[in-house]
Amino acid sequence: MTEPALTADTANDVPILEARNVTISYGDKPAIREVNVRIPERRITAIIGPSGCGKSTLIRQFNRMNDFILSARLEGQILYRGVDLYGPRVDAVEVRRRIGMVFQKPNPFPKSILRNVAWGPQINGFKGDLHELVESALRKAALWDEVKDRLNESALSLSGGQQQRLCIARALALQPEIVLMDEPASALDPVSTSRIEDLLFELRERYTIVIVTHNMQQAARVSDYTAFLDTGKLVEFGETDQVFTRPKEKRTEDYVSGRFG
Amino acid sequence: MSGMLEPPPTLLRRRRRSRLFRLLCLATTWFSLFVLVVLLVHATREGLPWLDVQFLTDFPSRFAERAGIKSALVGTLWVISFTAAISVPLGVAAAVYLEEYARKRPVNTIIEVSIANLAGVPSIVYGMLGLVLFVRWLALGRSVIAGALTMTLLILPTMIIAAREALRAVPGSIRRGSYALGATQWQTIRHHVIPAALPGILTGTILGLSRAIGETAPLVMIGALTYVAFVPEGPMDAFTALPIQIFNWVSRPQPEFHQLAAAGILVLLAALLAMNAAAVFIRQRSQRNRA
Amino acid sequence: MVKGRALAPVPSVAALLRGSRRRWHEEGIKGVLFLCALLSVVVTLSIVIVLATETARFFAHVPVWDFLFGRRWTPLLEPRSFGVLPLVGGTMLIVAGAGLIGVPIGLASAVHLSEYASARARSIIKPVLEILAGIPTVVYGYFALTFITPLLRGVVPSTGVFNAASASIVVGIMILPMVASLCDDALRAVPDALRQGAYAVGATPFEVSTRIVIPGALSGIMASFVLAMSRAVGETMAVTIAAGATPNLTLNPLESVQTMTAYIVQVSLGDTPAGTVEYQTIFAVGALLFLITLAANVGAHRILKRFREVYE
Repeated sequence: MTEPALTADTANDVPILEARNVTISYGDKPAIREVNVRIPERRITAIIGPSGCGKSTLIRQFNRMNDFILSARLEGQILYRGVDLYGPRVDAVEVRRRIGMVFQKPNPFPKSILRNVAWGPQINGFKGDLHELVESALRKAALWDEVKDRLNESALSLSGGQQQRLCIARALALQPEIVLMDEPASALDPVSTSRIEDLLFELRERYTIVIVTHNMQQAARVSDYTAFLDTGKLVEFGETDQVFTRPKEKRTEDYVSGRFG
Repeated sequence: MSGMLEPPPTLLRRRRRSRLFRLLCLATTWFSLFVLVVLLVHATREGLPWLDVQFLTDFPSRFAERAGIKSALVGTLWVISFTAAISVPLGVAAAVYLEEYARKRPVNTIIEVSIANLAGVPSIVYGMLGLVLFVRWLALGRSVIAGALTMTLLILPTMIIAAREALRAVPGSIRRGSYALGATQWQTIRHHVIPAALPGILTGTILGLSRAIGETAPLVMIGALTYVAFVPEGPMDAFTALPIQIFNWVSRPQPEFHQLAAAGILVLLAALLAMNAAAVFIRQRSQRNRA
Repeated sequence: MVKGRALAPVPSVAALLRGSRRRWHEEGIKGVLFLCALLSVVVTLSIVIVLATETARFFAHVPVWDFLFGRRWTPLLEPRSFGVLPLVGGTMLIVAGAGLIGVPIGLASAVHLSEYASARARSIIKPVLEILAGIPTVVYGYFALTFITPLLRGVVPSTGVFNAASASIVVGIMILPMVASLCDDALRAVPDALRQGAYAVGATPFEVSTRIVIPGALSGIMASFVLAMSRAVGETMAVTIAAGATPNLTLNPLESVQTMTAYIVQVSLGDTPAGTVEYQTIFAVGALLFLITLAANVGAHRILKRFREVYE
């Protein structure tokens, strides 16, 4: 098997996040094996693969959410602008402030819409105009017009798609550099899904987005780069166009043409 | 031919036995309701005639007609207030540690075993502990605060267990959402987990306190007086409590005092009813909000 | 662009390392919470120490053998005798009586709740049981003395004003909800598949309950009995009010007896100065009480652990 491409070909795309020889095991069982990948800055990178291939495990490693799983072990390095995120004195809390995450099932706090968005910046010492911050985040998440008159209502009164956009706004309020999304639309209806996909195009200008999805069409529509994972190994990585139309690996071709997975 | 359709005699006997058994079980279940009704009717019949405003505002007396539960009522209020103020933070803190921080280490196992054992210790043993520890060793005397501290120890295991359940019921997705925003563990617990668990913690508190209101033995042991004609004015004052007053009256031979005891019981039961109704209300409201 | 932010998204190494002060804050909070949890261990140890030291002082005056096996308990009157058997006997008599009432009725109620009762019946009965469980013991003592004892004396005129029987009855009523609730949980844990299988071969509900379901929940049921007995042993006010203050080693429930707990209350109500043998008797009896309930609780736990039926 030929060495999968590690970087994109365009010189302008600087990797902001990198996994170097990463192996992640739960106890004795490896979920991710010797993965090398460089996520380019301010692009949308999709991670696709059949279920159980380790996509969620990998993405959770980027913002140290696997710290909460006691049996999870990391070998190799996760680098953020060259800094090893698992270095001995790195504060995981600071990492997560800079690398945000949106989960598969929307999980807004049982508080008001305003508090949901404002809480993150507040506990991190934000001292400016809260309302402006909240409005800006909600606009970026394409939710402002729908909720501007009811900021004090409970977040749980929103629909599923709105809740997910609220979670995106919540993540954006911290002005992270990277936003990780673990199947953000899989729990939503098609209309909400397409609204979120439109949102991603807008966010691309400012944020680096890594999105895990089991929906190949979504990956093809939305992303600039695609990484294909299978049983814990990185099979192929490249520009989305190329991965889907001219895949270099047979396994990739089998997967994107629907022969398995 | 018809013989084939008739059930054999043993089956008939088995069926009859089954029906009898079912009736028996039914009877025993409704027995509880029967007992409850009889108890309440008896207490009401005996006590209601003595229950008037004067009863609530008079001090106890040698003369039954002039006796009241004012000192007991106020004493109970003092003790319960202090008990709540001490036991709630302690109980929630211990529960938070056990649910959110503790890993599988020997010291944590010891803590869990201790709590489980303490839950089964008779209340009078707590009274003995309170006597030695608070009344004598800490020299707090037979005071409200000694009583409150003793009661705290008594209901603490119940509070911790109830608070733990409330914390456990908070979904992990809320915690994950908080951590993903760069919150520390304590920020997550303080701003999200505890508020979400609050209804459960409140109902647990109310149930713990309603147990404390009815407990007599520990207070007797630490020296709550049985005949008190004053109300406490500070935490170091002597006191009496509702159940102790009831016990005092029941222990007298004269039937009028037994009836006074019944009146006191009605007040006590009314207080318990109010507390439990509050707990049910809180639980229902929180479930409605969650939906 | 949002103004005035104190958070610069520049991922320098220093920025990622910042937070050691926060770490101290977090560790401090964790420490305080840990101490609150550790309190329970402190309390347990305190109970043991308090009981042990005073009991040791007691045994400096009174031989252990006399205490444990003596049959006369008159620590406050001359000639003094410190045989604890009458108190233990009184306790056990009442516990046995309470068990005779509370255990079968509680179990039968649990069977009814889990096997027969409709949802509506459950919604009435369960709260009733909870209410019964929540009634303070003084109230039960009052009920025993003013209702049950007169009733008993009407039936059997030789019954004493203070007697073990009415105390037993109310203690039985007190432990009934506990038995019912724990047995209900245990019975419901038996999977329905077992019941269906038995019905399918033509068993009657009685047979299913007694041959399949109850044996299938036996460890939980046994544990509930032991726990209820332990609770009965520790019961104080109801027996103090109804059973009396005469230490009496007897099997006759119509006589007055004094339990271990009632004795402790009796002495506490008086003015016993610390350091005297009378004062120490409280702790000696209390220690015995504590050991009995501890053994029962540990026993119940052991039963559950060793014999718990595992249904996948």
